[in-house]
Amino acid sequence: MSITIKGAVAAAAMALACAGAPMAQTSTATASSADNPHDYGFGSPVTDDELKQFVSPLPDGRGLPPGSGTVMQGEKVYTQQCLACHGANLEGGIGDRLIGGRGTLAKSDKGGPPIKTVESYWPYSTTLFDYIKRAMPFTAPNSMSNDDVYAVTAYILYKGDIIPKDATMDKDSLPKVAMPNRDAFKPAGR
Amino acid sequence: MKQPIDDSSVPPARPSLSPKKNADVLQDLEAHFLERERQDPSSPYYRGADSNRPPQTMPRRRRFMLGAMAAMGSAGVHGVASSATPGAIERTVPPDATKVQGVGVAVDDGGYGARSQFETEVRTRYATKTTESSWSFTPLQNSMGMITPSGLHYERHHGGIATIDPTKHELYVHGMVKQAKKFSMADLKRYPALSRLMFIECSGNGLTEWAKPTLKTVQGTHGLTSTSDWIGVPLSTILNEVGLKPGAKWLLAEGGDAAVMTRSIPIEKAMKDCLLAYGQNGEAIRPEQGYPVRLFVPGYEGNMSIKWLRRLEVSDMPFMTREETSKYTDLMPDGTSLQFSFLMEAKSVITYPSGEMTLNKPGFYEISGLAWSGRGAVKRVEVSVDGGRNWREATLHGPVLPICHTRFTLPWEWDGKEAILQSRCIDETGYVQPTIKELVDQRGLSSVYHLNGIQSWKVAASGEVTNVHHY
Repeated sequence: MSITIKGAVAAAAMALACAGAPMAQTSTATASSADNPHDYGFGSPVTDDELKQFVSPLPDGRGLPPGSGTVMQGEKVYTQQCLACHGANLEGGIGDRLIGGRGTLAKSDKGGPPIKTVESYWPYSTTLFDYIKRAMPFTAPNSMSNDDVYAVTAYILYKGDIIPKDATMDKDSLPKVAMPNRDAFKPAGR
Repeated sequence: MKQPIDDSSVPPARPSLSPKKNADVLQDLEAHFLERERQDPSSPYYRGADSNRPPQTMPRRRRFMLGAMAAMGSAGVHGVASSATPGAIERTVPPDATKVQGVGVAVDDGGYGARSQFETEVRTRYATKTTESSWSFTPLQNSMGMITPSGLHYERHHGGIATIDPTKHELYVHGMVKQAKKFSMADLKRYPALSRLMFIECSGNGLTEWAKPTLKTVQGTHGLTSTSDWIGVPLSTILNEVGLKPGAKWLLAEGGDAAVMTRSIPIEKAMKDCLLAYGQNGEAIRPEQGYPVRLFVPGYEGNMSIKWLRRLEVSDMPFMTREETSKYTDLMPDGTSLQFSFLMEAKSVITYPSGEMTLNKPGFYEISGLAWSGRGAVKRVEVSVDGGRNWREATLHGPVLPICHTRFTLPWEWDGKEAILQSRCIDETGYVQPTIKELVDQRGLSSVYHLNGIQSWKVAASGEVTNVHHY
């Protein structure tokens, strides 16, 4: 019985696929199955509460969670959570180098290969919060509180000479941080 | 001429079960199989949650897998207990395979076939600082045809290979949509599916080769690309299901691995031809390819095809994640960077003969290679044996499919003198694969990603083949 039903579904699927030719494997397969929408009604609705587990801020700050942290608090967090891989002076080790490198990106700059760090290369401060929150520390990803992530973000930005020592980072102040390499990115167009 | 073979004259290798008992065993096996499958929401035999039994749990399946492993272990009974090549079962090699019975059906492979013990090609890992944030190359030097075996598909992980129970996996779709939803694997598999043969390539493929020839084999220089038959649901089907709000321009895709990998995808591309792939080459996708479901973004840099996909968030702007700002951007000589360089442009490479091989003596050789383009189908491949002075059109082995590896060959009579072998791909849009020099002139030596220049292999008079730069 279930086989029969499955067969019918498959047949319907093939009919749909042919009708819209959404991804038929020909050299002109660019038509979209958007041409052929169908209301299946599968999947379950989700609540805002369920979505609170996810954090993915936009560069303008939308999506940043509540909480805050200072440079001083961040130094403690860094020592405990980051130093082993990124070094006492943020110079890198198993993990990436985090600061320095300004004035090394262009070919005309003197002093060897380009050094790409948070300070010299990253265009958006929100990316720093986002990445630390989701993927750091490497051995225990997504284990730090929002306050701790704001704090260690502040510490790295301070060490990179981007914000002052008395700065506090939160969902309002972080997106306003002007990253040194902010305007150096342009769409590739390919 | 020997006597005609009569079934009754061939003694069975071991006492066989009677047909009746055979049927009983099969039915028992089938019953066990169905009992398991009926409680597995991802199975077509799933009977629903109204069963009296507790829901299917992973330990049950794991015990089954361990049983299969144990069965494989018993190969020692049949063969010499030694280190089999990966993916193979080490079996005793008789002096004459026509004089003894071979291995019985399902006796030592647990019901999942193994490759020959004489085949040894494997993926090789690039020596990054950790094994979890690392990559491995497909052994293109041994490749045949256009499809990459799933077990040899290249890998790139940023936080190791996630192990995910498909019965617990959910894909959230939210943001600028009319109805935010989550989908179980069973939900996703209810939608009309399609399959499509497509290559995927890491935009870091060849990153060691910009300034000078560095890695020696084609596995190292080009092994971050593979082709599979990918099966799944068009992403547009799911986006239509939740309904995009006006102003929706970008889509964040997020993985459920330790890197919680994220990339922003333009909504036009998401609606055009992206796939939520749960199948690969006729079975479920491999764990290292994102089991139980991955995004597949055809023709775009591999990093965008987020594995272990757990979330899609629709927005009006790109999220500017780490992987689309600090990584996977192309630094230009003037200190600016190109961002969102998505497309994998036309490329080709000769896989035979290639680096570190040796031609024993002059004579006939069939030059063989792969060509592909993120823009569409390969239209033509040209091969030069004299470092680009003269070009001959290679034979394309069909089917020639868009955004798919295409095998090409060219017969070659080697005269025993030094030769420089090159190939260049022209795709259906007319794009011609450039030389490495042309790319370096345009982009400098710091851009890391998207090296699709012409590869040169030097055949020395001795027959030794080496990786060289030759413009």
